[in-house]
Order: sequence, then structure tokens, then C-alpha cells
Amino acid sequence: MDKLLQVLEANARLTLEEIAAMVNESAEAVAKRIDDYKREGVLRGTRTLVDWDKVGGNGVQALIDVRVSPKKGHGFDEIAEAIALLDEVDGVQLMSGGYDLSVAISGASFQEVAWFVARRLSPMDDVLSTATHFVLRTYKKDGALFGTEHRDERQGVL
Amino acid sequence: MIDYGKLLSPAAKAMRPSGIRKFFDIAAEMKDCITLGVGEPDFKTPWSIREAGIKSLEKGHTFYTSNTGMVELRQEICTYMQRRFGLGYNAADEVLVTVGGSEAIDACIRALVSPGEEVLIPEPSFVCYHPLTTLVGGVPVTIPLKNENDFRLTAEELRAAITPKTKLLVFPFPTNPTGGVMRKADLEAIAEVLRGTDIMVLSDEIYAELTYGGEKHISIASLPGMAERTVVVNGFSKAYAMTGWRLGFACGPAPVIGMMNTIHQAAIMCAPTTSQYAAIVALRECDDEIERMRDEYDLRRRFLMKRFEELGLPCFEPQGAFYVFPDIRGTGLSSAEFCEQLLVEAKVAMVPGTAFGDSGEGFLRISYAYSLDHLDEAMRRTGIFLEKQRQKA
Repeated sequence: MDKLLQVLEANARLTLEEIAAMVNESAEAVAKRIDDYKREGVLRGTRTLVDWDKVGGNGVQALIDVRVSPKKGHGFDEIAEAIALLDEVDGVQLMSGGYDLSVAISGASFQEVAWFVARRLSPMDDVLSTATHFVLRTYKKDGALFGTEHRDERQGVL
Repeated sequence: MIDYGKLLSPAAKAMRPSGIRKFFDIAAEMKDCITLGVGEPDFKTPWSIREAGIKSLEKGHTFYTSNTGMVELRQEICTYMQRRFGLGYNAADEVLVTVGGSEAIDACIRALVSPGEEVLIPEPSFVCYHPLTTLVGGVPVTIPLKNENDFRLTAEELRAAITPKTKLLVFPFPTNPTGGVMRKADLEAIAEVLRGTDIMVLSDEIYAELTYGGEKHISIASLPGMAERTVVVNGFSKAYAMTGWRLGFACGPAPVIGMMNTIHQAAIMCAPTTSQYAAIVALRECDDEIERMRDEYDLRRRFLMKRFEELGLPCFEPQGAFYVFPDIRGTGLSSAEFCEQLLVEAKVAMVPGTAFGDSGEGFLRISYAYSLDHLDEAMRRTGIFLEKQRQKA
């Protein structure tokens, strides 16, 4: 696994020079590699983790388990890509187990999400069934703990 | 009224106190202060190790173990020492499981040093060697290590410090606080001075698993003729992030380990049983966990080196432990002044090099057992502080 990708994933705010020092390469070499990764679509963007619950929330999020009928020749790709193109959808992943696609969605209200499922997702050809789970509270996201503050309990010891 | 000053033992009172306690207390009470002062990993103990401790409790393993430690653990320690450092020890009489590396250091000094005998202590180094020597009536003889030698001990420095009274050389590499390490050629030169003498070596290798830059730690005991005159102290605190479990060990010649065990029997009985069960799993299963943590420390180490370069503070590249030891002599401030002003003005707590001996003057110890975000913020504040200092000058 490329250490550069691991460092970038965990520390997007650092400067090019700092990242280069950390992976023990020149800044030029790292800049070129980052460009290559972007061109190849390996690096897909940079975002900030926000704990929206702390500032009064940011609408509602839901995870929808979707069962679909795969198409001959296209498998799940065609329907998955069609769902991914919907603006309300934050994420689409093909799953193993009892259902096929996990669809993450956010909306301003429960009604908005419900409307989306009823009017846009369910009626799509090839969608067999949906089960919608609303997110009630986030405790951890993308490796970061949300909500409770964790105090460093270590003592000053030499 | 009882005059306790008269009651307390003169030897105990002669122990050099740690001068840093008060400083940490101020930092702890200061709002929004960030500290880079701790000397322990920020990682939690790997789960499989914790689980082994929990299981041992569930099964009711809540009794004393043998004084020297569980047979199974001592055997695992021997396997580990062979596998990692090429050192062969007999689990029956050459291994002692202790309460942290600290107890092993104490027992070793007590077992070997008589009043008036000299103990050579390279400094800057961990703070316990000096007072423990004083406590048994030994005479601490410090050897100041030099920045220009990358804080390694040279054969010339060692030779110059040896007298007919020299009993023990404390050999603390990789070193807290400098991050200095001894490579093969350096060790060979030291061994050459010691072979044929009766000087024993207390090799404190608690940071042995944390070396960077490809070359792994080599124990001085692995050099020809050295195992017979060396007590190797190691433990689980740093490598396995197990500081709170209080578990370490010593390996060495049977007569010395036996004497240490006699002291250990009287003072301690045995190391914590739960911790011993956990440590067996650590040694058996957790090489990859060590590597994961070391890789993370290495990233931070490189990050800090870069930041110090940007701040214009010279800093030799530490190759072990999890500290950097930048040189602040260019600021015109003493270590204590720098740390006090940095604490008050920038709310960042670093440890003055002098906490680790007089030869630490002009340096700071910065621990990178912290998240990158934490280090980043501390460096940002330090940069602003230094800029103000330059404007004052």
C-alpha cells in the first residue's frame, strides 16, 4: 500500500513540503505523484469532517437497503449507476448479504427523504424493495469520534 | 513536634529530585495549554493483549506468580530476545520479570553497587539512574553526551570516565530524551573498552523496538564477550503501549539475576499477574502491532523534523524512541527560560533538556506520542512565539 495515500487520507491539511518530508520524498516527486493520482481518479477530493449535531444538525440522513434485479450483461452496474446519479444520494455501495445496494441519502426533513424513496427510488425499474433506516445519532464517522470529548489522561512523566 | 527532616534517611534525602513536577502541574491547570511532555505512547494497548488480561481475570487467575515471573512468560521472553536481538538466555535462571523496566533498573543497581563505587551515567538520559545510585551509596559519574556526536557515547568519553572505582556503566540507548541510538560500529568501540574489565553494563533497552530509518536496534549484549557483563533491561511499556500494566524484565548472568530476584522477592513478591498473562500474548502475537505504531511514530518524527527546519531551530535527527531534542541555544534563552516563556506566552508545554541532566542545557525534549493535529497546533504556536522572540532581539 502506498504510504503517500495513507498520509494524504489522514492529513489533508498538511502542506506539500510536510507530506513530502513524512514519506521521505522530494516535494516535486510528491506533487507529481499527487497529480497522477488525481488524473487516474485515485484521489477523489478532500472534505472536512463536521459534527453537525453540535450546531443544531444538518437535516436528516438515512441508509436505504435496496434489493434490485440485476440486468443480463450489466449485472448491478446499470441500476447502481442510475441511483448514484440522483442528486439526493450521498453514496451507493454494492453489498454482500440480504440486500444488494446500500444507498446513503440526506435531506432537509424526514418527509423529504420519505418522498425521495417513495417517488424516485422505489418506482425505478429493477428496484424490487427498499428498507429505509434513519440515522438518529453519529458516534463515530470516518475514523473520528463524534459527540463525547476524550480527555488525554496521561500524566506528565519523564 | 517531630522534626521529620531529622528522621528521614540521609541517603534518601540525597536523591536528586525531578525538577519538572511543578512545571507539569502549572501546565495541567492552564486552560487551552497543549503539552508535548508525556513519556508514554498515545496508543491504547492492542486489543488482543487487553483481551488476554481480561480473560485471565475471568478465569480467576488472581494469585501471586512465582517470584521470577510465570514460566511461560519467561520462556516467551527468551524466545523474543533470541528472535529479535540474537541473545540466548536460560528461562530458568537468567530472566526476571519486574514491575516495569524501572524496577529492573533499581534491582540491578542494588544488586551490584556498593557504597563508594562509581556508576557511569551518560546524560542527558532518563532521570532514575542518578537517584537510585545515590540511594545505595554509590557515586553517580555523569558522562555528558554531545550533540555533535549525535548523542552517542564514544569510546574516548567512556575511557576518560573510568577509574578503579567504576562498577557499572548505565547504557541507555535508544535514549530518552535525545532519540540517540548506538549503531554496530559504535557498540564495538564501547565493547572493546569494557572487555577484560570487571565493569558491568546496565543496558536499558526499553525503546529497542522504536528505531527508525531501516536499521534495527542492536543490543550491546550481542557483541562478543559482552553478554557475560551485561544486564539487559527491557519491558512492555513503550513497544506494546502497556505503560499502565507496569511490566518489564531483566536478562543477564545467572548470579546477577539471582541477586536481583532476592531483592525483588523482598520488596515486590512478583510482578502483576494479570499483566503477565497479557504480556505472553504481546510477545507471541503482536509484532505487526509494534510495526504499525512505529510507522506512525516515524511519520510524526519526520513531520516534526520538517517543522523545526522551517522554524529555524536546529535539531539532530533522532533515530530512536519518540522524542526530538532541538537545539535552542541560538535563541539566547536557557532551556528553563525558553520553556517557561513558551508556556506563558504560547501555552505550549515542552520539557527543558536540563530535566535530564546538566548537559541537556540548551535543548528541549518534545514528545511525539501525540496526534499530528496536536503536534501541528503546538508547532504553529511555537512558530509565533519564536517570531516574537526574534522581533524582541
